[in-house]
Amino acid sequence: MAKITLSNLRHSYYPNPSKPDDYALKHLDLSWEDGGAYALLGPSGCGKSTLLNIISGLLVPSEGKILFDDKDVTHLKPAERNIAQVFQFPVIYDTMTVFDNLAFPLRNRQVDEATVKSRVEAIADMLEVTDMLGTKAAGLSPDNKQKISMGRGLVRDDINVVMFDEPLTVIDPHLKWKLRSKLKELHQELKATMIYVTHDQTEALTFADQVVVMQEGEVVQIGTPVELFERPTHTFVGHFIGSPGMNILPCEVSGGKAMFNGQSITLEGEIEAGEGKSNEIGIRPEHVTIADNGLEAVVSKVSDVGRHNVVEAMVGGTKVASITEESAPNPGESIHLQFDPAKTRLYRDGWIATKSTGA
Amino acid sequence: MTLELKGITKRVDGRLHIKETSLRLEPGHFNVLLGETGAGKTSLIKLMAGLDRCASGSILMEGVDVTKQNTQQRNISLVHQFFVNYPHMSVFDNIASPLKVAGMAKSEIEGRVEEAADLLQLRPMLHRRPHELSGGQQQRTALARAIAKESNAVFLDEPLANLDYKLREELRAQLPELFAGRGAVVVYATSEPEEALLLGGQTALMQDGNVTQFGKTADIYRNPADLVSASVFSDPPINSARVTKKGDEIRLDAHVKWTATGEASELADGEYDVAVRPHYVSPVRIADRHVPMTGTVQVTELTGSESSAHFKLGDQSWVSLSQGVHPYQVGEDHEFFMDPDHCFYFLPNGQRAR
Repeated sequence: MAKITLSNLRHSYYPNPSKPDDYALKHLDLSWEDGGAYALLGPSGCGKSTLLNIISGLLVPSEGKILFDDKDVTHLKPAERNIAQVFQFPVIYDTMTVFDNLAFPLRNRQVDEATVKSRVEAIADMLEVTDMLGTKAAGLSPDNKQKISMGRGLVRDDINVVMFDEPLTVIDPHLKWKLRSKLKELHQELKATMIYVTHDQTEALTFADQVVVMQEGEVVQIGTPVELFERPTHTFVGHFIGSPGMNILPCEVSGGKAMFNGQSITLEGEIEAGEGKSNEIGIRPEHVTIADNGLEAVVSKVSDVGRHNVVEAMVGGTKVASITEESAPNPGESIHLQFDPAKTRLYRDGWIATKSTGA
Repeated sequence: MTLELKGITKRVDGRLHIKETSLRLEPGHFNVLLGETGAGKTSLIKLMAGLDRCASGSILMEGVDVTKQNTQQRNISLVHQFFVNYPHMSVFDNIASPLKVAGMAKSEIEGRVEEAADLLQLRPMLHRRPHELSGGQQQRTALARAIAKESNAVFLDEPLANLDYKLREELRAQLPELFAGRGAVVVYATSEPEEALLLGGQTALMQDGNVTQFGKTADIYRNPADLVSASVFSDPPINSARVTKKGDEIRLDAHVKWTATGEASELADGEYDVAVRPHYVSPVRIADRHVPMTGTVQVTELTGSESSAHFKLGDQSWVSLSQGVHPYQVGEDHEFFMDPDHCFYFLPNGQRAR
């Protein structure tokens, strides 16, 4: 396994890119530790597949370098990079047995049969598919097929990185968490460097130690799941992570204070010096409470999600969502909302602009 | 419009694929079919839409028997998981196609298409071809076609499954409003319990070709009729274990026991299966009445706002889901606390005990 360094990467699908919008990948500089679990998270078209293809060698970046440990692999072909990939749809040979499918990547590299046998059995044991080893892959259920695909990605112990490209998209929700936990367990046992690409926040956050959030070819934040949730550095991250996402409320800033709907809102800390075109308050629904006093609001919608209620209320013309485990008010009711000051941030032109008090 | 299924069944290769099903589906709210892949959701939709023949039973639309009618005669719309649009036609023509087939006047077609396009924010894209649209816009086009057609029944078969997570969230919030007040019966198939809760309305839980429970979505979530229904309507999976009741005491194993309260105190002595949702199993003790249990942590997950831990309790796998960040050590024993007031009790045959 290897440490992966992406140094000053940029990529454009145009021959002569001239403006920022010409780049599918605008600028990227990061390094991933050997043995870490990482996720690339973002909506369709954010550049995550471009980045994945650059790492796997299907694309040569317009600018910059990729290093595996300290070796420059920028111009190496996929086959020369020693990587494994698991795709959205299971890639297995239906006519082969599960054993032969798992053994395929090893036999392809002329690994001796004794080693093949011990590796395949070890992986099968971890995946809990030992009893399927003798059966043909054709008859397997979709989730078992994807399990075997994962096993093929993990069976070699000489690879630099295992990449997963939306591996759970075709899997039923009730089986998703099983495969997710399986993958996490495998990571803990194998200590392989793993990169997981997805648009699904739950998958990214539950799998990775560190998540790279991308939007329109740019990395907007790199952080642990808790960091991304607690203190998004950009409104996009606030919106994208969390269900529902962060409330992003347009506000006025004057004299170092944030005014929302005519009222001064206490923020986590001082506002950074500077000017911007837009100012917004960011507060997660989890940190908005219904109280006896506070911002006046009228309930517009209540969704009972089972383990809690999502209450949407209008403050003036702006919608504010609140998550409550208590009994919820009814649509049309007048209520008061309070924001937890320690979790209330100011965003200027999308980027965080309050000083953290370290809380 | 009402859509009524009276004891319909479907056979595949002689085997009963949809078991005898009776449902009365009303307009004005969503009718959700919730179940795993293979539970029979799509098969049931095909029968209702007239794409498949029932082996027995009858289907009534507004009281009229349509069992023998084909899809065209039933005046229905269908939106699939995969985006189905005519690639050679513009968005406008895609939305207009069923109206043209019906021979509607050009001016009326224009009015209906524009109204549907406005609702789905497709107005600026009316002249584009489907391949020039994002996945979300393609699915909006399919939905706009269903709306413009003003059919009696609209079947949405996992329409959001292939969309990005956030896009799914936005479109899901809009869907009930889009169809509100149109008088059509809307049937929505999903494999995600949370989606059913968010859509509200009524839900039919399905497993293995059976509708196991049907009713107001929030009600059947809070009041499962049997263990199967409780499991179908839970993600992460509901925790369950065999318990023995004797007098006031309910005992799960040598260490875990609690005092029967509420509904449970009325139960006769004997064996039951207890089921409790993961968010009522917490890593911290919230109230004295909560029941301590020690399990070996196997996997932990963190979603930013919530933590979950999968742990082994005897030979059962249990899940705890809680707000906030909790440090767990995988492989180590950890104490969890179950809220006994939110336990469901089932008889050994799976029926709710009450």
